[in-house]
Amino acid sequence: MTVLESRPTKLVDHFALGLNAPICLTWELTYACNLACVHCLSSSGRRDPRELSTAECKVVIDELQRMQVFYVNIGGGEPTVRHDFWELLDYAVEHHVGVKFSTNGVKLDAAAARRLAATDYVDVQISVDGASADVNDAVRGTGSFRTAVAAMENLAAAGFRGFKISVVVTRENAGQLDAFKALADRYDAQLRLTRLRPSGRGADVWADLHPTDEQQRALYQWLVAHGDNVLTGDSFFHLSGLGDPLPGLNLCGAGRVVCLIDPIGDVYACPFAIHDQFLAGNLREPGGFQRVWQDSALFASLRKPDGGGACSSCSMFDACRGGCMAAKFFTGLPLDGPDPECVQGHGAAALAAAGGAVIPKPSGDHSHKGPVRGQPVLVPLSVRRPDRACDESPLAGLPA
Amino acid sequence: MRRLLSQGPGPAFDPQAPYRLHPQAELRDEEFGALAYHFGTRRLSFLKAPALVDVVRALGDAESVEAAVRRCAVPEAQRPAILRALAGLAGTDMIQRRVSEESLP
Repeated sequence: MTVLESRPTKLVDHFALGLNAPICLTWELTYACNLACVHCLSSSGRRDPRELSTAECKVVIDELQRMQVFYVNIGGGEPTVRHDFWELLDYAVEHHVGVKFSTNGVKLDAAAARRLAATDYVDVQISVDGASADVNDAVRGTGSFRTAVAAMENLAAAGFRGFKISVVVTRENAGQLDAFKALADRYDAQLRLTRLRPSGRGADVWADLHPTDEQQRALYQWLVAHGDNVLTGDSFFHLSGLGDPLPGLNLCGAGRVVCLIDPIGDVYACPFAIHDQFLAGNLREPGGFQRVWQDSALFASLRKPDGGGACSSCSMFDACRGGCMAAKFFTGLPLDGPDPECVQGHGAAALAAAGGAVIPKPSGDHSHKGPVRGQPVLVPLSVRRPDRACDESPLAGLPA
Repeated sequence: MRRLLSQGPGPAFDPQAPYRLHPQAELRDEEFGALAYHFGTRRLSFLKAPALVDVVRALGDAESVEAAVRRCAVPEAQRPAILRALAGLAGTDMIQRRVSEESLP
């Protein structure tokens, strides 16, 4: 990202007050997914019967073109499992809406890779959460690493340069950063690291999987060393208090420069905040997406200058701006307080103090209800001992 | 085809030559100036001064970059900054030098 002229703070001030249209927008096309990743931020799995139809999606694309939203990040669920995925991709490109889509690679065969390599307007992001099958498959499911690597092979063979390999940094993979970079280099791809949020099913595993303080410091140093060569989606601005700011805006863009359109047309302030409290409206209502973006009361309140609350007296406030709204919300912390992973330790203290606070649950849960092939099991199954050593009846212990 | 991404830097920026917004690039007006997006390189830039936006829009019809700057009545004091910004935009292919047959207004 290039910023011309040297007045970055002013630009950030403009961003904080909101723009005429989002700079980038995440659009989750479906909640359906072939995987059942333990940390899925949208609790995806099953298709929602209210999902936007092909025709409705095209109306959204028309509107994005009118608003000059130059590109969208398409995700899900697994967007490529929609039967009309390629049709919508072509439609977006024809209407000057660039697309970067995230996929686990399940549909990215050689033919699809060749098709993608033929256009500049589409970028692809393959998700892996480990640089080796064992680390990856423990959170994404058995065989998912092999699928992702096969997709990378197909893209590279088709001549698609510079596709993205997207990694959520966890306690399990934080030691593999160099290996991830090597993986990206092998395919002439670009590495993208993002933050684990306690959103969706991520709330269930966040306490066990979020990086330790030591890992955060190492991650920060690693990111500084790699600069613009590694993308972060501005994920790690909460680490800026560790030294110089990382490349990027270092600003929470929720409702100001980014937002989320979910598969049923609900518009949320950001992809990590699927909860009624951050729901701005639905684009099926009159006025469509533009009206939600420009007129919603929620977005208006997010665009008001805020004082920084409990963080405003911290010397690091200008660096981290209090951190990530969603990370606070889904760990039960107040929005005007510190980020749960505050590098000053204020978040850990706040979490300890909040102790028994009720943690908000995501509004929707589209997780698979039955078993999924290869599904990851992070927590060992609890084995309950029979009530008595001699109890062999399968009904023992159940209410009569 | 995905060529632009791997291309090296183009020829040096020449304010006396004719330029234009790259055909694959678009501007979106914002209060601070404009967002520029290049669909080929998928690169986003922020044009942080309304005067710069005016000049970029005027490039395609002007016989040179300097002529566009004059036409937009950019105050003398701002011109060096505007030219530096334009050089930056040329360096990322957001604006490009017009070849002769395209140069006539």
